[in-house]
Amino acid sequence: MDIRRRAKIRSMEYGDFKNNDYLEEMVRRLNADGAGVVLTSLDRLIDWGRSNSVWSLALGTSCCAIEFMALGAGRYDMARFGFEVTRNSPRQADLLLVLGTITYRMAPLMKRLYDQMAEPKYVVAVGGCTISGGPFVKSYNVVKGIDRIIPVDVYIPGCPPRPEAFYYGLMQLQRKIKVERFLGGINRRQAEGGAGHEYEAETGKEAADEAR
Amino acid sequence: MKRDDVIRMAGAEVCAGNAQVISIPAGELRRTAEGLRHDRDVPMDYLRDIVGMDWGEEGLGAVYFMESSATGGRVALKVAVTDRERPLLPTMSDLWKTALVKEREVFDFFGIRFTGHPDMRRLFLREDWKGWPLRKDYDMDSNPLRLDNETNADTTTEYRLLPDGTLAGTAHPVFGENDFVINIGPQHPSTHGALRMRVALDGETVTKVDPILGYIHRGIEKMNESLTYPQTLGMTDRLDYLSAHQSRHALCMCIERAAGIEVPERAVYIRAVMDELQRIDSHLIFYSCLVLDMGAMTPFFYGFREREMILDIFEETTGGRLIQHYNVIGGVQADIRPDFCRKVREFTAHMRRVIRDYHDIFTGNVIADTRLKGVGLLSLEDAVSLGCTGATGRASGWANDVRKRHPYSVYDRVDFKQVTRGEGDSFARYLVRMDEILESCHIIDQLIDNIPGGDFRAKTKPVIKLPEGIHTAEVETSRGEFAVIIESRGDKVPYRMHFRSTGLPLVHAMDTVCRGWKIADLIAIGASLDFVIPDIDR
Repeated sequence: MDIRRRAKIRSMEYGDFKNNDYLEEMVRRLNADGAGVVLTSLDRLIDWGRSNSVWSLALGTSCCAIEFMALGAGRYDMARFGFEVTRNSPRQADLLLVLGTITYRMAPLMKRLYDQMAEPKYVVAVGGCTISGGPFVKSYNVVKGIDRIIPVDVYIPGCPPRPEAFYYGLMQLQRKIKVERFLGGINRRQAEGGAGHEYEAETGKEAADEAR
Repeated sequence: MKRDDVIRMAGAEVCAGNAQVISIPAGELRRTAEGLRHDRDVPMDYLRDIVGMDWGEEGLGAVYFMESSATGGRVALKVAVTDRERPLLPTMSDLWKTALVKEREVFDFFGIRFTGHPDMRRLFLREDWKGWPLRKDYDMDSNPLRLDNETNADTTTEYRLLPDGTLAGTAHPVFGENDFVINIGPQHPSTHGALRMRVALDGETVTKVDPILGYIHRGIEKMNESLTYPQTLGMTDRLDYLSAHQSRHALCMCIERAAGIEVPERAVYIRAVMDELQRIDSHLIFYSCLVLDMGAMTPFFYGFREREMILDIFEETTGGRLIQHYNVIGGVQADIRPDFCRKVREFTAHMRRVIRDYHDIFTGNVIADTRLKGVGLLSLEDAVSLGCTGATGRASGWANDVRKRHPYSVYDRVDFKQVTRGEGDSFARYLVRMDEILESCHIIDQLIDNIPGGDFRAKTKPVIKLPEGIHTAEVETSRGEFAVIIESRGDKVPYRMHFRSTGLPLVHAMDTVCRGWKIADLIAIGASLDFVIPDIDR
């Protein structure tokens, strides 16, 4: 039984989002083993709540953080979409917003912040620097993409991204949350060691391969 | 000792380039610097910058840029040491306090040890970093990404040169045995970026602030050495992103002066208008952040409301909101939009009206008064010695505005007042910036109706090469004196490009300003100094 077909955002056209195939694949996998009516309905309610109250930890290191501030101010007002609450403690945050260049000195601290967050947790890489090193890709001290260290859910390109781009990216994250299996899925992730741990093992292997 | 006396010294030589740097033997540096610093008529009491250099065969060394706060007269000294294994220079930290942090920067980048400096630690890079990244023979792959935690040393070393030529070290503890040390940052909402401070407390009273920088050190100066001149422009916008126009203006001006490119009058005017809009934009963010750090929310929305108007004006003409990439070598990227002038006029009129609201809601407020007035005093002497330029220095009574002291662009033709105050407290720093918003409006109003016609961009050669020598240019950004220092060897890429950070002296001054005040004042003082971290770390 197909309970959830689409990751919809209210008053947004489904077709206006670009990478629907990725989310549709998630939905397909979600429904692959069939879905119980009770659990799935409850899941849907929980995901609705989670997607509309994403609390972020803003790790603002440079320019992108100023655009994020503009998002919080009157004109762009991100409170309309349910992600206006920023937490200053990783223990209280669902989402790590990496705003700005991550340097070699900062990288272990970003990793630690990520590790301190409770599951389920998400990471959004904002700006060219976090995605690939951006204009500083040839530097001796800049991490060439934070996805080498922690898993990233959404990339928001731009230097810095416009507020509209922020919204698009954060809505994509909300859509992703909406099609996740919560009960028996990501609510168990903490007990199973978390997404980050698997990731670390994987990238550790890659790094070792590269070194060879 | 005066500049002419230095030139007459044995072995002294004036280098090429508009910086008029005087090369002196390394053995004479200490005596010359003391002479210049303690000159009876015109003491060089403001050390603008120390720029480390790697000249290859000529050796490693540094260029010292000094200025007299009274007259604006300048001297620049260059020294080189040939020993690459153990380069040593005498410290200047007892003559100018700002040398305490500038010499650490040179040590970090070039490995030059300063004998007599009490705190020879790395400044920007991890303490376990191997090698000296700005040396020409640095292997770019020698320090891969590491995810293990960094430990900060508890002691620092002071080096002394013994008469027999050996180097002796004395260990100084960073904090005392009984100090209660807390850590603030680098992930903290009120440090305005990735700044970290270790603060020693006695009860609630701050006894020492040890800023740890480099969490956003992006190695821009090294990268510039492999970029052509037009390519280097992109980096300046990302240094102090709230002074993007002005920083880029400085770099363009430096290249234009060195290459002898005449900028059309129209571009000069447009640049000045943009600079002043940027200054208002930055001061609005300063206001928003200061009040937000002190717990007020509404004024934050006020500041950002007006800021969005400026960003709209920027965006129409330049295409960018925060980072505009508008100044180019020889002029500006594109002509102004047809309704640019109208919108700017409307904005300045609007700004003058609403700034009263800003004052109504915050300036007379009892919390603002008690938390800012008389708090975080910075004396005039300290401001000059620490090199705190910009509104911070002006709040302590130091008339340091580059637009007045060394006029560039149109600033010798427009009428404006240099806002200075004498109190030197957080409140004075706040008021200076608020008054500067009005002064900037005043400058814009004089310019906006008189933008001359003609080209907005001079034609330049496809490949720009600068003549050999050391070239500089400086502007007054929203935060103080920003200078670009280029050493050229006649190539299409700079041999070395250095930026004088406006924020580095300010964050260094935190120790002086915060001592004796409560830990709760530290955040308000930090906000009133108004630094931008990527500009400090570069």
